[in-house]
Amino acid sequence: MIELSDYLILGAILFSLSIAGIFLNRKNVIILLMSIELMLLAVNINFIAFSHFLNNIEGQVFVFFILTVAAAEAAIGLAILVVLFRNKRSINVGELDSLKG
Amino acid sequence: MGFEKILFYIFSVLLIMSATMVISVRNPVKAALFLVLTFFASAVLWLLLQAEFLAIVLVLVYVGAVMVLFLFVVMMLDINIERMRAGFIRYLPVGIAVALGMVGMLIWIVSGEGSAFDHSVARDASYNNTAELGRLLYTDYVYPFEIAAVILLVAIIAAITLTLRRRPNTKHQKIEQQVAVKRHQRVRMVKMQTEKKFGEKR
Repeated sequence: MIELSDYLILGAILFSLSIAGIFLNRKNVIILLMSIELMLLAVNINFIAFSHFLNNIEGQVFVFFILTVAAAEAAIGLAILVVLFRNKRSINVGELDSLKG
Repeated sequence: MGFEKILFYIFSVLLIMSATMVISVRNPVKAALFLVLTFFASAVLWLLLQAEFLAIVLVLVYVGAVMVLFLFVVMMLDINIERMRAGFIRYLPVGIAVALGMVGMLIWIVSGEGSAFDHSVARDASYNNTAELGRLLYTDYVYPFEIAAVILLVAIIAAITLTLRRRPNTKHQKIEQQVAVKRHQRVRMVKMQTEKKFGEKR
């Protein structure tokens, strides 16, 4: 049978891959947003695995809310990206230094 | 080795390979398409975990809406890919090191949490995952559910107000002037003689 740790290891690998994606593509905001989506997917896999193996459906409710918030986050993030590109003609993270922070 | 286990391994390998392609492929359009493949593979894994409603929602909402939005934005922006890729090789060792360290620690923690936690129940065909989830959402979690709806509304308004722009040369309706119009600006009353009908004798 497939055990709980199999799904947890799968979620861990997916989460680590998305962290590696943030390290590797630190110039490109679109790939950074996709890496965040992958992270949320890894968390969702963990939630659903626990929900199945503990026989408690409330984990799936939380996945539902995470999906909602992730959709909202993707929409706002892409809108910010479009405005950013319209004003600076670039989405390179290295060039976003107007605030001089 | 049962059928479920074979399915689990096939789609896990597909998931990990497509996630690797998402973070390593050169073209952002291909990265978005590999992200779609990742979502499909994880939807199959959620079906194996008997979360049917969420698997369908993942395909419909994520692949159908969010990833189409991603693809739309990626194709609309004119990105210089070569400059975006600068530093990929330089950060490759530290990225791999961080990922390997993290996955090593996580696997060290979660492996061995096997059968002690297994309280799963094999459902028969009469079990309705959607009905169970809906019963819980509309009773115990109705207040967070409505907050989620408000979050979506805020996202709609924020996305529209961020990207809406008024160009100076376009022609709009001015709604306030249309509403505030008076009768004498539109209609002119003219005094005139009544006409005779054809064939009428006076």
